[in-house]
Amino acid sequence: MTTTVDVDQTAPGRDPAAKPSAPAPRAARRHRLNFTPYAMLAPATILFLIFMAAPIVYTLILSLQKTEVQGLGLGSGARKTVFAGFSNYAAAFSDSDFLASAGRVGLYGLILVPAMLVLALVFALLLDSKRTRLAGFSRVVIFLPYAVPAVISSLLWGFLYLPSVSPFVDLTTALNLPSPDVLSQGSVIFAIANIALWGGVGFNMVVMYTALKAIPTDLYEAARLDGASEIRVALAIKIPIILPSLIMTAIFSLIATLQVFAEPTTLKPLTNSISSTYTPLMKVYRDAFIRNDVNSASATSIIIAVTIFALSFAFLRVVQRRAFQEENS
Amino acid sequence: MRRTIRAAVGAGVLAAALVMTGCSSSGSSNSNDGSLGTADKPVKLTFWGWAPNMDKVVDTWNSTHKNIQVTYVKTDAGDPAVTKLLTAIKAGSGAPDLMQAEYQKIPTLVSADAIIDIKKDVSAETTSKFSDGVLSSVTLGSDALYGIPQDSGPMMFYYRADVFKKLGLSVPTTWAEYADVAKKVHEADPKNYLGTFSSADAGEFAGLTQQAGASWWGSDGDSWSVDIDSASTKKVASFWGGLVEDGVIDNQPQYTPEWNKGLAAGTQVGWVSAVWAPGVLAGNAPKTAGKWKMAPLPQWTAGEQATGNWGGSAVAVTSQSKNVKAAVQFNTWLNTSKTAVSQMVTDGGLYPADTVDSKAALATGNGFFKNQPDFYTQAAKIAETVKPFTYGPNVNVAYSAFNDQFGKAAQAKSQQAFLDAAAQMQKITVADLKNSGFTVK
Repeated sequence: MTTTVDVDQTAPGRDPAAKPSAPAPRAARRHRLNFTPYAMLAPATILFLIFMAAPIVYTLILSLQKTEVQGLGLGSGARKTVFAGFSNYAAAFSDSDFLASAGRVGLYGLILVPAMLVLALVFALLLDSKRTRLAGFSRVVIFLPYAVPAVISSLLWGFLYLPSVSPFVDLTTALNLPSPDVLSQGSVIFAIANIALWGGVGFNMVVMYTALKAIPTDLYEAARLDGASEIRVALAIKIPIILPSLIMTAIFSLIATLQVFAEPTTLKPLTNSISSTYTPLMKVYRDAFIRNDVNSASATSIIIAVTIFALSFAFLRVVQRRAFQEENS
Repeated sequence: MRRTIRAAVGAGVLAAALVMTGCSSSGSSNSNDGSLGTADKPVKLTFWGWAPNMDKVVDTWNSTHKNIQVTYVKTDAGDPAVTKLLTAIKAGSGAPDLMQAEYQKIPTLVSADAIIDIKKDVSAETTSKFSDGVLSSVTLGSDALYGIPQDSGPMMFYYRADVFKKLGLSVPTTWAEYADVAKKVHEADPKNYLGTFSSADAGEFAGLTQQAGASWWGSDGDSWSVDIDSASTKKVASFWGGLVEDGVIDNQPQYTPEWNKGLAAGTQVGWVSAVWAPGVLAGNAPKTAGKWKMAPLPQWTAGEQATGNWGGSAVAVTSQSKNVKAAVQFNTWLNTSKTAVSQMVTDGGLYPADTVDSKAALATGNGFFKNQPDFYTQAAKIAETVKPFTYGPNVNVAYSAFNDQFGKAAQAKSQQAFLDAAAQMQKITVADLKNSGFTVK
């Protein structure tokens, strides 16, 4: 989506002289049948159709069907697939579990995304500041959790959360401090956000850090000559310049948040607090693989995909206008 | 918009047509092919399962039956295996000839047309080796036979004999006594519990309600009935809810690192489980060998003898098998021959459903329960007291509703929440059946 917008904006500006003369040769070329461009497009188009378009269309078709049963539903031919209209969608929207899971993920996003971005930004700025020692080592250490698969990190944290196997609880009992049950109903959402935060900060930090490294150093020198402190340089120069990277990481985090699945699914067997419909994607998984109802799972998938698309697009529209306005004009 | 809908309908009809032709073609190949192969040109069969050391039993068959060669594929246990099979059935290919299926999954598999009726190829002598209770879970109360039972899981009560002795406690024979013992254990050391109510184990709860006389589903003519929220289930739910509310038993799920540690460290003093428990205890708490003892499940009325089932599987022939006769022959050998069932006991630690042919192997007892040499003799007596129970076509839905609803209830630690959870389970299960087009009474 963003790439097409970029092309539209930059193409005319790149070579303004070329535009008026363009129509004539293009019209002439159209008469000669030239297959070369189509042949060159073919591999990408075919792969796109098979691996992107076809599954989406198939999901759409599945979401409009349902399975119906005759009699006791035993024996061959007792089940058949019938057209269901939008009943799967209606069922999803009237399912209180699904709506609750959507609300939960909204809250999860409010906790996670700001924490993730602020932490990543602070780390990136610290690593970029001249006074930091062992910058390379720290960068690797902060980035390392990103290389750990979400299922593994959830298991790892799950062990740390369970009271009788957790070294933290051993420590708090040794110090006679109360040890809160992190997997209880009220705090489990923070426990999950913590795992995602641990795994995600490193990646976002590297993106921001790379953007910081691209800033020409003479800008800082000018500021320092004027007597600006490190904090002042960060707030007035660094952050405004890397704003596009901040927006990009925000969108990535937002999408990852809405798709949260691995962490709660891995923690689920360890606690009573996580239901099988804790997040929207967990409901899709339950419908498809536990209830064996691919049709309602497809409908929910489409709802989630459309929502993520709409939210990301809306977010881009809002921030892009603010962040890139000055650049474009 | 209208055009897309029409296209979707078209695609739906096409898909349905494909499914139907798929069924009919496999159906005809089933009835036609009765060849049993020769040593030179053996029939090749595939068998999916996950029972421990089953590959060794299959090797024994392959070395003695050159005309039928079986390839054993170890799959993930339970739900993932069923998902895999149902996907292969929908795809039209890729399913094995034989499949290990837990008893509660059989109605689902039959309903999805994934496994077939093998009644005509199985002799009456074979079926006579199983108890009526076990057999009913593969006949589903009809004239058909959807599999040959492999092992069963009659429920029993396990306790730490050393802790009981230290505290001067006697083994509970009724649930009232169980509650009393639970209280004493917890009072003696607040870290210790006689057991836990696990919202992760729907099968265990189903077995406990089975003991109390519940049967969650029933069929009558062309309609199903759901009786999850029955008086018996309420009795069981309110009993455990009460114990959780009083805090005398734990409310955390089983099979977690926390629970495993509790077994090894001795904070879990008892376990309401099934005949296969020694394997779990030996795996999680090997150092407690010789400290545990097994007794019949506590009863609702003193002097009664009843139990439920938790776990156990049958082996079924899938609808994609092209060698049904050969598959049934292997299946019959696997689950009702002295060689195979004995090997299942010694190598796999299973409790075979065929107790006639496994008698000699079971007589040697269980290695983890050296302090109880008559372990399997007692187990056999308990197995005879399993009450009947009917599973329906949407056990998966009911079980996942159990996880969610009783998880909430266990977290709330309130007896009323346990009763509400049972009512919710009933509601969700019935709604799902109706939504799928079943007639529900």
